[in-house]
Amino acid sequence: MPLPPETRSADTGVIHDIGYRGYTGPRLGRSYATRALFTQSLRAAYGLGRSGKSKVLPMLVLGVVTVPAAIFVALAIVMKRDELPVEYAGYLSVLSLVVSVFLASQAPVLLSRDLRYQTVPLYFSRPITRTDYVRAKFGAMVCAQLLLMAAPLLVLYIGALLGGMDFGHNTGHFLYGLVAAVLYALVPTSVALVIAAATPRRGFGVAAIMGYLAVSAALGAAAVGISNPGTTGSDTAQWMSLISPTDLVESLVNELFGLGEGIDRRHAPGGLGLAVFALVAVAMVAGSYRLLLRRYRRV
Amino acid sequence: MSTAVITTDGLTKRFPRVTALDQLTVEVRPGVVGLVGANGAGKSTLIKILLGLAPATSGRGEVLGLDVATRGSEIRAQVGYMPEHDCLPPDVSATEFVVHMARMAGLPATAARERTADTLRHVGLYEERYRPMGGYSTGMKQRVKLAQALVHDPKLVLLDEPTNGLDPAGRDEMLGLIRRVHTDFGISVLVTTHLLGELERTCDHLVVIDGGKLLRSSSTASFTEATAVLAVEVGDFPEAHGPEDRSPEGRSPEGHGLEPGPAVRERLAAAGLSVQSEGSHQLLVRLADESTYDAIRDAVAGLGLGLVRLEQRRHRVAELFTDSQDTEQSRGGTNSAAAS
Repeated sequence: MPLPPETRSADTGVIHDIGYRGYTGPRLGRSYATRALFTQSLRAAYGLGRSGKSKVLPMLVLGVVTVPAAIFVALAIVMKRDELPVEYAGYLSVLSLVVSVFLASQAPVLLSRDLRYQTVPLYFSRPITRTDYVRAKFGAMVCAQLLLMAAPLLVLYIGALLGGMDFGHNTGHFLYGLVAAVLYALVPTSVALVIAAATPRRGFGVAAIMGYLAVSAALGAAAVGISNPGTTGSDTAQWMSLISPTDLVESLVNELFGLGEGIDRRHAPGGLGLAVFALVAVAMVAGSYRLLLRRYRRV
Repeated sequence: MSTAVITTDGLTKRFPRVTALDQLTVEVRPGVVGLVGANGAGKSTLIKILLGLAPATSGRGEVLGLDVATRGSEIRAQVGYMPEHDCLPPDVSATEFVVHMARMAGLPATAARERTADTLRHVGLYEERYRPMGGYSTGMKQRVKLAQALVHDPKLVLLDEPTNGLDPAGRDEMLGLIRRVHTDFGISVLVTTHLLGELERTCDHLVVIDGGKLLRSSSTASFTEATAVLAVEVGDFPEAHGPEDRSPEGRSPEGHGLEPGPAVRERLAAAGLSVQSEGSHQLLVRLADESTYDAIRDAVAGLGLGLVRLEQRRHRVAELFTDSQDTEQSRGGTNSAAAS
C-alpha cells in the first residue's frame, strides 16, 4: 500500500487525518493467538504490563527465593567448602511456602480477573477456542512457577561451578533440582488453577489456594512429626503427604533420587509408595486440566 | 453464495426450559442492520450462534459465507464483537488492551500497535488511551469496546447494545460513529438494541425478533412507509338532525350512543381497517392503500359527521413494534372482534 504523502512530512509536526485505512497484512492463526495469550499471561504473573503496584509481590517473592541462594553460595566460597551447604531439591522444599504464596497470589491474577471483568467472552469471540485459552493460561502459570524456582537453582549451580566445586556431583544434583522444580510447577499449580477458575473474586481465590496449600502441608507435617519413624520405625504416616501437593512432590523427589535426611525426611514409602505417589501426581495434573476445560465450556 | 453477510435458515436454539430461537430464517445484507427485540427476545443467543460459540439445536447459519457450525474460528477472525456487558480490566491502559486484543485476532505485534493507534483515534480516544481504564467514563469505555471490535479490520461487526448507559449526547455520538463504521470504514454492522427510536436514524435495514421468532425484516424506509397512518379528526354529531331520528334512548343514527370518534372507528373496523381512537374526536387509521381514504370519507359522511382534519403521519418504528406485539398477543388468544 503506498503511503499517503502526509506521512512523509514528519518534520512539520502536524497530524493529518488520513482517514480510515484497512488492514491488508497477514492474519496469523489460532496458534499465534494462543502464544500471544501465553506470553501476556506469563508477563502478567510477574506484574509486567500491569500497574506498578502489581509488580511488588511477584518481584519480592523472586527476591526472597533467589537472595538466600546467593548468600549460600557466597558463604560456601568464602569458607572454602567443597560442597554447597544445601541440596538443590531440598532448597526448593524449604522455600515451598514462599513459592506457594506466589502461586496463591498470581493464579487468580491469570484466571479470576478474566472472569471478574468478563474478558473471557471477548477472548472466545476471537479465533482461539476454549481449549486454547485453558492451554495458554495453564502453560503460563506453570512456566511462571518454573522460572521462579529455576532462578535460585541456577544461582546455586553457577555459584558452585565458579567456586570450583565438583562438576559431576553438582550437575547431577542440579538436574534433580530441575526435575523437582518441574514437578512443583505442575502439581500444586494445576490444583491452584482449578480453585482460581472457580471464583471471579481474586481475594477468595488467594485465600482458598493459600488455605488449601498451607493447611494440607501442616497436616502432613504434623502426621510425619507425630509418628517419628526414629521411634516407631513406621512409614505409615508418610501416606499423609498425599493430601498436600507440595509434600507429595517433595516425597516423590526424595524417594526417587535418594535425597533428604533427618527424622522428618519426607519420602514415598517404598516401591508401592513411589508408584502410588507418582500416579496421584499425574492424576492431580490431568484431572485439574480436565476440570479447567470443563469449567470453560460453560462460559 | 449471495451478497448477504449473514443468513440463517430455520435456526432454532432450545434450552431445557425455553426456546431462545424458533425457526429463524433471515438474511442480512451489507450495511447497517438493526437487530431489534425486547430483552430476552433471543438477540444474544443469535450472536453467540453466529460467532460459532454455541451450537444451534437445528437449522443452519452462515456468516460471510462460512458455516457457523463448522468454521467458527474462521468467522471469528473476520468478525468483530462488542459485548453488551463491561469487559475491560481496570488496571490496564486502553492502548495495551486493544493491542492485546488485536494480537488475539492474529495481527502481528507491529501491525497490532499501528492498528490500535489508528482505531483509538477513529473512535475518538486521544491522550486518555495511556491511562488505566478503571478511571474512564462510560462513554470512553464504550469507545474502547468498539475499538477492540474494529482493530483487526473485520468485514462485519456485531455490536450488542452499544448505546447502553450513555447520556443523550453520548448516544448520538456513538450512533454517528456506528454509521461511520459502515460509510467510512466499509465494515458491515449488525447492531442490537431494545430501544428502537435510535435505530431509525442509523440503520438501513431492521430485523425485528420477538420470543425467538422473526417478526419482520425489511428496510428502515419501508418500515416507516408501510406504517404511515392517517390522523382523522371529526366534528360533533349535528344537534338538529330531524326529531324522528332522535329516539327515546337518545340514540343517534348508527352511532349506538357513542361519541363521534368511536362511532367512526366502529364503521372503519367493520370495513376491515386497523384503527385506534385518540380521544373523543380523533382517530389513527393505518394507511393500507388508496381505498383507505374512500373508506374514511364514506364512514364519516355516512354518520353525518364533519371531517375536520385528515393528514398523513409517519408512524415511529417504536409504535409499530408495540403494535405488532399486541397483534401477536391477540392472535395467540381468542380473536376478539375489535380491539378495545
